[in-house]
Amino acid sequence: MNTINDSDMDFVREVEERSGQKVARCYQCGNCTAGCPYNFAYDIPVNKLMRYIQSGKRDKALESKAVWLCGSCQSCTTRCPNNIDVCRVMDVLRHMARESGKKSERKVRLFADTFLESVEKHGRVYEAGMMAKFAAQSGNVLGDLDLAPMVLAKHKLKFRPHPIRKRKAVEDIFKRFRENGHK
Amino acid sequence: MKKTTVAYYPGCSAVGTSVEYEKSTRAVCDALGIQLEEIQDWSCCGSSPAHTVNHILSAALSGRNLALAGSMGHDTVATPCPSCLINLRTSARKIEDPKLCHKVNALLEDPCENPVEPKSVLQVIVEDYGVDEVARLIRKPLNGLKVVCYYGCIMTRPPELMRFDDPENPMAMDDLMEAAGAEVLPFPLKVECCGASSGIPRKDIVMRLSGKLLHAAEECGADAIVSACPLCQMNLDLRQSQIRKEGYISKPIPVFYFTQLLGTALGVDKRSLRFDKLVVSPKRCLEKISG
Amino acid sequence: MRIGVFICHCGSNIAATVDCPGVAEAAKMLPNVVFASDTMYACSEPGQEGITDAIREHNLDGVVVASCSPRMHEPTFRKAVERAGLNRYMLEMANIREHVSWIGKDVELNTNKSIELVAMAAAKLSQNTPLTPNRFDVNKRVLVIGGGVAGIQAALDCADGGLDVILVERESSIGGKMAKLDKTFPTIDCSSCILGPKMVDVALHPKITLYTASEIDKVEGYVGNYNVKIKRKATYVDWDKCTGCGACMEKCPSKKAVDHFNEEVAPTTAINIPFPQAIPKKASIDAESCIKLIKGKCGVCAKVCPTGAINYEQEDTFLTEEVGGIIAATGYDLFDHTVYGQYGAGRYPDVITSMQYERLLNASGPTGGHIKRPSDGKEPKRIVFVQCVGSRDPSVGRPYCSGFCCMYTAKQAILTRDHIPDSQAYVFYMDIRAPGKLYDEFTRRAQEQYGVQYLRGRVSQIYQLGDSIVVRGADTLAGDQVEITADLVVLAVGAEASKGASNLAEKLRISYDSYGFFMEKHMKLGPVETNTAGVYLAGSCQGPKDIPASVAQGSAAAAKVLGLFSKDQLESDPQTAAVKQPRCIGCMKCVRTCPYGAINEIEDRFGNPKADVIATICQGCGLCTSTCPQGAIQLSHFTDNQILAEVNALCPPFMDESFE
Repeated sequence: MNTINDSDMDFVREVEERSGQKVARCYQCGNCTAGCPYNFAYDIPVNKLMRYIQSGKRDKALESKAVWLCGSCQSCTTRCPNNIDVCRVMDVLRHMARESGKKSERKVRLFADTFLESVEKHGRVYEAGMMAKFAAQSGNVLGDLDLAPMVLAKHKLKFRPHPIRKRKAVEDIFKRFRENGHK
Repeated sequence: MKKTTVAYYPGCSAVGTSVEYEKSTRAVCDALGIQLEEIQDWSCCGSSPAHTVNHILSAALSGRNLALAGSMGHDTVATPCPSCLINLRTSARKIEDPKLCHKVNALLEDPCENPVEPKSVLQVIVEDYGVDEVARLIRKPLNGLKVVCYYGCIMTRPPELMRFDDPENPMAMDDLMEAAGAEVLPFPLKVECCGASSGIPRKDIVMRLSGKLLHAAEECGADAIVSACPLCQMNLDLRQSQIRKEGYISKPIPVFYFTQLLGTALGVDKRSLRFDKLVVSPKRCLEKISG
Repeated sequence: MRIGVFICHCGSNIAATVDCPGVAEAAKMLPNVVFASDTMYACSEPGQEGITDAIREHNLDGVVVASCSPRMHEPTFRKAVERAGLNRYMLEMANIREHVSWIGKDVELNTNKSIELVAMAAAKLSQNTPLTPNRFDVNKRVLVIGGGVAGIQAALDCADGGLDVILVERESSIGGKMAKLDKTFPTIDCSSCILGPKMVDVALHPKITLYTASEIDKVEGYVGNYNVKIKRKATYVDWDKCTGCGACMEKCPSKKAVDHFNEEVAPTTAINIPFPQAIPKKASIDAESCIKLIKGKCGVCAKVCPTGAINYEQEDTFLTEEVGGIIAATGYDLFDHTVYGQYGAGRYPDVITSMQYERLLNASGPTGGHIKRPSDGKEPKRIVFVQCVGSRDPSVGRPYCSGFCCMYTAKQAILTRDHIPDSQAYVFYMDIRAPGKLYDEFTRRAQEQYGVQYLRGRVSQIYQLGDSIVVRGADTLAGDQVEITADLVVLAVGAEASKGASNLAEKLRISYDSYGFFMEKHMKLGPVETNTAGVYLAGSCQGPKDIPASVAQGSAAAAKVLGLFSKDQLESDPQTAAVKQPRCIGCMKCVRTCPYGAINEIEDRFGNPKADVIATICQGCGLCTSTCPQGAIQLSHFTDNQILAEVNALCPPFMDESFE
């Protein structure tokens, strides 16, 4: 049963502050859900996530798969009748899900992590290296094997990293970020 | 011929999976007299992964490049990739915000002040250069090739941030392709997401979303799809065989970068437009163009 | 002078944060104050008696009441002092409620401010002089602007009440939006069948003069004495000769004219009668599509007209009517949905508005009452209705609810099943607003009896693929995304102010809100009056409303006018400007400043130019008083001396110090 006592109003305040959006403006019209191209893959539709935020259901919101799968395509933000930046709210939920250490959509999280690791190391993303690392860590080796011939034939991937000269400058950005603590 | 100079941010795919976009962009800008001054030692903007981890980190990764562009003395930095563009613009907004500026600059070696205006290459051509000017330079019109223009989900959205064209029915690429002599068909899913970076972690999402786009293009009767985004092009082109297996389309449909077709119409040397990099063969279309 | 001061507690409204007895005590110290007391409710019967008794007992010349805003009770206290034998303008009020107790909780500060306000009021009162209103004749004729159902009702009620009515309508026929409807909710009465008799009554009523294809050009004057200039637009047909036979329409070769009455569903002929039940049933030519008027060729209608009514040389004419009261009943227009790029911005022919659908449903419409897809004329089987298009949507500047779309959508969904038995209708909604009699039952009937599928969720995108229209909506109650491939999509567009409403409001000198709806005097208690004496409102021009509410307001406005005219003479407000001729230097700055044109240049008996105020037009705004370099023109009851007395009461120490 969902009792009002389960509501964490600090969660509401935190989401509002970090996203700069007033969730009370959402009147649950479902426009975001209606136009969301990723909805078919979600466990919880976007408008229901907004509802969870409004009613302070922190765990329900942060444990959803949806926050990880959102493609940030901006459909919801562009069409919301109340001018709410829903996309930004989804990003904030993703940040908070990461920080809370809750497990969800491992592969998506892993992809983001390997991407950023590559950027940190080389200054630019070294696509081949990143994909190899992802494949190894996700166990998803065979996934796009059928594409390999085309990728190779067309030389779509470079097999040597090309770090920038001042790659340390980029490494330092990450370092300072970790030291400052997020936010 | 009009002369324009802008700072240029290629983006990571330009040196990787979308080399043909990079090369054809340079070829087209050269033909038009738009000088692209590449930012020295630019770094990755962070793309989607960065903003899903933290907004300040993402802004800083882009901010480094804005700072570099700023020191080049131009007031615009052009990029062919919409993902880079939205990150650069978001970062610029944060840096202009007195409440957030110091948070972003705290992560940077060289702080950024007065960020330059990031724009897409398409925007520079259409807005700053002008479609009429381009039309004057067309040497080899595209002979009525039937195309649909696919902009991708973030090039014009959200409108308050991207400030370019229309968020539901943009016409910039349509106008350019029409000036280039193509027959541009109305396309209802111009800004519908292709699946973006879900390709590797969640292939099923790209299958469905890009499948829907390809199906719509086929329904419209297009010979080809014209794109302005490296990720969209990759999903629609590289993965087309996988999508076709799912039954979304009955025959292959090539996916060009708009710069490749525009370059052809401007009479640029075909070799610099790198048609060889396209996975779905553009042969039939190229034959139709040359008549 | 002998002034009495009365401090009202207003229960605890004032007394909770103001020391009322203390203020009364302090008031006793003020110059000219001979009596001061505090009372629980000054406006109540015992409260007022306390004032009148005190006037008699203490021989007071003037009264200060410190209580609520004058907008609440100034008339009350004025009448009270008048009953006790004083002139009603020997009363001043100090607002210690809205301006003091309701804005702060500090008792010391509030009490101090109250004392200062009372001092100011007493100082002004010491400068007041008795004023006597003038009386003027009332012209018992009424102008009704707008011939929709509200204007029709107002006109009929006024005329039945014995008044002469001038009804001015912008289109060539009366009937407004109601005449375009097929059936009306919740009874499914045929709209023309119930409106028609009223329209005929208007045409035949001996006391109603009907001017259609006409607009208000200028309004001059004041309540009881308006002078209205009406423009009769050129229709290129002499309506005295036209019999409405329609022969011209049959033969007109220009068939691409915009058909406004039919919501541009299909084109019409350049010369046309808008609909069969038009009142008056006369033809008009659309100058933009008439071959004769544009190129000088054709002229077929003139040849076939049996009465020779066509006149290509006709021009706009003007006439003047004098009336005593005006009722604005100019209705509404529908929201332009093409701003919604996600719904196709008007590019898709099979995405239409509710009013366009209404014309398709209507037997006298362009398809003879057969529902056909505009693109290919085929009968649609799957029809999707989308509610809240341009209503409850801050992102397009329309945050308000239009109030009748839920009802008309249910009606259209029900009628769809009647017209096409094997059709299926879907309605995307956010909420169902059905407050009237039998309204909610009606919406339930659509779902329970007629099988209309109601889906709670907005529509994000509508696009065309091939021959069909794809509607992407949501069913939030089930938690699903819903995509429907439809044959026809009907957008329930919201209501907005009628085009040109703000221009008319400025001519009438009434206020309008940010959407262009005319402002009523009081949202709760004065829905058909305005703040301008003599001008009343009826119908959707005041805010979107359904037919019963429009009819009710039409009758209400008529009742107000009949009340206004129940006396032969009206009292004018004596708080108007007046010129002291000897001081006037004839610069005429006041003439140029007056927004109402109430000041004229005249000559005194020596032939010198002097300003002269027409008291009946003057609205008492005071701009002239502050403009006059000589202080020759003064606004009665707000003269320079009276206002400066208030300033001096508040600031004596500062005034002394500032010249050191």
